Amino acid sequence: MNWLFNNLDVIGSAIVAHLATALPAIVLSFVLSIPIGWLANRFRWSRGFLLTVCALLYAIPSLPLFIVLPLVIGTGLRDSINVVISMTIYGIALMARSTADGLASVDADVRQSATAMGFSPWSRFWRVELPLAGPVLLAGLRVVSVSTISLTTVGAVLGIESLGSLFTDGFQRNIPLEILTGIVLTIAMALVIDLLIVLLGRALMPWTRPVPAPSRAVPAAKDAVVA
Amino acid sequence: MNIFIAGIRWVLDPAHYGGINGIDTRTVQHLVITLVSLATAAAIAIPLGYLVGHTGRGRALAVAVSGGVRALPTLGFLILIALGVGVGFEAPYVALVVLGIPSILAGAYSGFEAIDRRTIDAARAVGMTEWQIVGKVEIPLGLPLLMGGLRLAALQIVATATLADYVGAGGLGHFIFLGLQTSDYPQMLAGSLVVIVLAIISEILFSILQKLVVPAGVAGGRLNDVRVKSSRSRAALG
Amino acid sequence: MIEFRDVTKRFPDGTVAVDGFSLVMPSRKTTVLVGSSGSGKTTLLRMINRMVDLTSGAIEIDGEDTSRLAPVALRRRIGYVMQNSGLLPHFKVIDNVATVPVLNGVPRKQAREQALELLDTVGLERSIADRYPSQLSGGQQQRVGVARGLAADPNILLMDEPFGAVDPIVRSELQTELIRLQRELDKTVVFVTHDIDEAFLLGDQVVILQQGGRIAQVGSPTEIIEAPANDFVAHFIGAEKGKRALSVRATATGEILVDGDGRAVGVLVPQPGGSS
Repeated sequence: MNWLFNNLDVIGSAIVAHLATALPAIVLSFVLSIPIGWLANRFRWSRGFLLTVCALLYAIPSLPLFIVLPLVIGTGLRDSINVVISMTIYGIALMARSTADGLASVDADVRQSATAMGFSPWSRFWRVELPLAGPVLLAGLRVVSVSTISLTTVGAVLGIESLGSLFTDGFQRNIPLEILTGIVLTIAMALVIDLLIVLLGRALMPWTRPVPAPSRAVPAAKDAVVA
Repeated sequence: MNIFIAGIRWVLDPAHYGGINGIDTRTVQHLVITLVSLATAAAIAIPLGYLVGHTGRGRALAVAVSGGVRALPTLGFLILIALGVGVGFEAPYVALVVLGIPSILAGAYSGFEAIDRRTIDAARAVGMTEWQIVGKVEIPLGLPLLMGGLRLAALQIVATATLADYVGAGGLGHFIFLGLQTSDYPQMLAGSLVVIVLAIISEILFSILQKLVVPAGVAGGRLNDVRVKSSRSRAALG
Repeated sequence: MIEFRDVTKRFPDGTVAVDGFSLVMPSRKTTVLVGSSGSGKTTLLRMINRMVDLTSGAIEIDGEDTSRLAPVALRRRIGYVMQNSGLLPHFKVIDNVATVPVLNGVPRKQAREQALELLDTVGLERSIADRYPSQLSGGQQQRVGVARGLAADPNILLMDEPFGAVDPIVRSELQTELIRLQRELDKTVVFVTHDIDEAFLLGDQVVILQQGGRIAQVGSPTEIIEAPANDFVAHFIGAEKGKRALSVRATATGEILVDGDGRAVGVLVPQPGGSS
């Protein structure tokens, strides 16, 4: 326990560094996946092509990517921007599929009636299609956020600070408590961010909130289940 | 770009093959760790996933455990085990098995759940036993989604096996960590490139397998896109 | 003969789908259970082959209490046809039809030969035998479903809204086909529908159900049309709207039949052959 109380500053710094790396990556993947998802549904060829590219990007292992990326973009090996960009690439690879699926799941009737009411293609996309795709986007974003927060720790083996630094430091100095602290904090951070995303989704998409079921038992509903 | 070329030269240099530190030896190590871990994860997760998928019981638990394990940082978990059991093969083996389980578990039970309830109802109504329903209906129709889960698990494991050498278990991570210590960028790059190639080969192999296991008569895309809520309560009535 | 004795079904959530239901379904006749959703008609049907277990009461088939029979064995000797056919999507048509005989241990080759004959019986071309269900039209799928239901040569055939999901023209064809089949095969058929016209067309015995599986009236179509037992039945069969009360009206060229609202429904012709 001593280690814990003597190193609160180290832990705090690791948390801040972790958030500073993971959060931009999560936000960027969400924002950038929107045009990609739109493009995927726009043309006959584009869906298969874009999703294949995404699958290939996602197939690149993280540690090798941290090593290859600096050569491509001209940063230093221990620059945390490498992790932000790598995590954004994975995030987009996961998220673009959700965005494409979500946009494709919008009912064609709704889309046509929106056009019939006089929405321009631009406003129809932002005010009808994107909000209705919201639940699918939300589900995708949750996966992206959990995996980003977990994967960000890997940068620590190259010396890029994050909660993962507690693992490498704890390993070198043989302090299991430090490693355990890192694990618990990473999971806790993933859960807290996940909760925030869910709450944000509820606030932004009030129509998806569950309606309290009518208290009267409806026999008709029962038959529908059995039939 | 020069370093890139140096990295590729490093991979192609015959001097870097053969012996304990040869690229060939390390690749074989990497593949062995990957395959053994994948097989163990599958042996644990497939029966469990089938049980959850067929009975509909324990689904909430399976989802919660899978979600929790996804948030678990494999690097930390790996190091923690290594401190307990010592450096070597055991720590990465356990960590990689745990890493692979959620995807395979999800593939197994969602494969069962994606099947039209009426198909299973009909199978029961014509007089199939529960084992026959599992063997003749649920397993074949659930294979594409199971294969999707195995594909994801294989990718995660082959990628993460790179970390095995951090706790002294060998594999292609060896070149990365050795290169890191000696500031030998071409060597790090060489190790990275070989891992990337392995990961992409794994993706390609599994995507072919995934297409092959789609039962004739079933449109491939349809099953893959289905994400149904559990309507298993009905099976309990039957 | 299928006999329901004071059968009750209460689901785990407390809903009572069927309460104290008693009825005899005579052998080699078609009994139609008709009612709207919530009437428990599907539950009643599914209790016969133990897809749903009884809460209390008993069901006997030819004097044998079904609760003493193993469900799987029971299901294999009862044909079952459901809405949307319930065919196995990864089995070819021929193997779908042969499913039950194969389960019963008939050699596959022999089961397939019998299945081909069954395709003839239900009016399908043998050329579709090697197709998969997704490659068939809705009407063809339903016929395959019927062929599968008949494959084990069961005495009893349960049909759960089998024609509910096909378009009206195909439905009418399938109904005609079923009447022909029933004349040839002489099965004990239990048929569930919410369509009263379908019930009157197919049923020797029609059971009109109210909520909770209560019998509003049992009888032949003639008996029910002649004398609806109560307001519910009258309403259900459309008698109160005058749909079943036809009268003759003279026109410039002959005589037509009109319903209670004065809408034309047919023409009056002399009885063919002179007897009813």
